[in-house]
Amino acid sequence: MINNNPFSILSETVPSIAMQGFLIIMIALVIFGTLIDIIHKKNVKYFFENAKKAKKSATKELSAGERVSVIAKTVAYDIGTTSELGAGKRRVAHLLGMYGTILFWIASAVMIFCYSSSTTPSAWPIIWHVGAIMTVLGGSWFWFFLRVDVYSEAQPWYRIIKADLFVLALIATSLFGLIWSYLQSLNLYGRWDDKVFLVLYVVSNLVLFGGVYWSKFAHMFYKPGAAIQKNLAEADGSRDNLPPEADAPEKFGLGIKRESPKHY
Amino acid sequence: MSTFVYMTRCDGCGHCVDICPSDIMHIDETIRRAVNIEPNFCWECYSCVKACPNHAIDVRGYADFAPMGHSVRVRREEEKGTISWKIKFRNGKEKNFVSPITTKPWGKFIPKLAEGDKPNQGEINSQKLYNEPEGLNTKKELPTVNKDAFKKGVYY
Repeated sequence: MINNNPFSILSETVPSIAMQGFLIIMIALVIFGTLIDIIHKKNVKYFFENAKKAKKSATKELSAGERVSVIAKTVAYDIGTTSELGAGKRRVAHLLGMYGTILFWIASAVMIFCYSSSTTPSAWPIIWHVGAIMTVLGGSWFWFFLRVDVYSEAQPWYRIIKADLFVLALIATSLFGLIWSYLQSLNLYGRWDDKVFLVLYVVSNLVLFGGVYWSKFAHMFYKPGAAIQKNLAEADGSRDNLPPEADAPEKFGLGIKRESPKHY
Repeated sequence: MSTFVYMTRCDGCGHCVDICPSDIMHIDETIRRAVNIEPNFCWECYSCVKACPNHAIDVRGYADFAPMGHSVRVRREEEKGTISWKIKFRNGKEKNFVSPITTKPWGKFIPKLAEGDKPNQGEINSQKLYNEPEGLNTKKELPTVNKDAFKKGVYY
C-alpha cells in the first residue's frame, strides 16, 4: 500500500487531466476563499495600518540586511517550529499536523501532475502516506485531547463548533485518503469499497478547500505574517508598545512555572 | 474600559479563560481564539493581560483619550520572576517599571471563609473589614514597610 501511487491506479478509470483540473480548482478555491475572508473581515487592512502606526514609535531604523535576517530567523524558528505554542503537547500535535499536511499536499500535487500515468518513484507514495498518517495523528490528538474549549472551558469533547470545520476536514481528507489507498491496494476487482472512500475523499477535499471562508484555513497565511511583524517590531524597538525584556534583577527570587490552564 | 484580543497574536492557549475572575474571557466558537464576551463586566484587573504568553490582550482606553495615543502594556517573564510595565502618556512621555511577580501556587492562600466564624452585628457595623486585624497577621496597628527593606531592582 505504502509504495503505491493511488492516483496512478485511479488514472485507469479517471483521466489524469480531470485529476489535475480538480487540484487546480482546489487551489483556486483557497485563493478565492482567502480573498473573500480578507475583504469581509478587513483584517489585512487593519494589520498593515497597525504595523504602520507601530513603526512611528520605532527607536531604530532597520537595514535591509537586518530585516532579511529577522525574517529568516522568524521563518526558521517561529514559523518552522510554531514556537508561539511554547513547549508542550499542543506544539508537538501542531507540528505533526502541519508537516504532515505539507508533505501530503506536496506529494499529492507531484503524483497527480508528474506520475499519474507513468511509473512513480517509490519515495513519493511513501511521503504521501506518511504525511497523511502524521496529519491524522496530529489532528486527532489535538481534536480529542487538546482543544482549548474542552481543555480550559470544560466543554464536552463531543461538542462540535464552527472552529472544528478546518481540523475535522483535514483529518477526514487524510483518513479517507489512507483508507481509499489501502482498499485500492487490496485488488478488490471492481468492488464498491474503494469507490465509496474515493467519494468521501473527494467530498472532504471539497469541504476543506471550499470552506476556507467559513473555517480557520486562512490562519496558515495570517500567522506567518503576524510572526514576522512581531519580530520586526521587537528588532526596531517599537515592540507594539510592549516594555523591553527585564534585565533579570538579582533579588527577585526564583521564576515560576506556568501551570496548565485547567482550573475550571 | 475593557480587554480585547489581538487575533493575530492569540494562539488559543486558554490561560486568560483560566484566570479571568469575572469569567468573561472565553473561546470564540468560529476561530477558537480568546474573546471578551462581556466587555461591560470587565473591571480591568489586567489578570488576563499579564497571563497571556503571547501579549495578545490589551485594554481599550476610554473613547475621549484613547485616540490620543496612550498605552499601558505589560510583559510577564515567568522564568525571571518579573513583570514589566510600559506606560505611554498622551504627550508621548514614557515610564517603565519592573516588579517581582508572586510565586504562590494556585489556590494555596485562598482563605476558607465559609469555614470561618460569622461576624456579629458589632463587627458588621465596624469600619474594619472582615477578619481584621487578625487576617493581616498582626494584632497591632496596620503594618508599614520600611523603604530600606525594598529589594534591589524594584523601582517605585
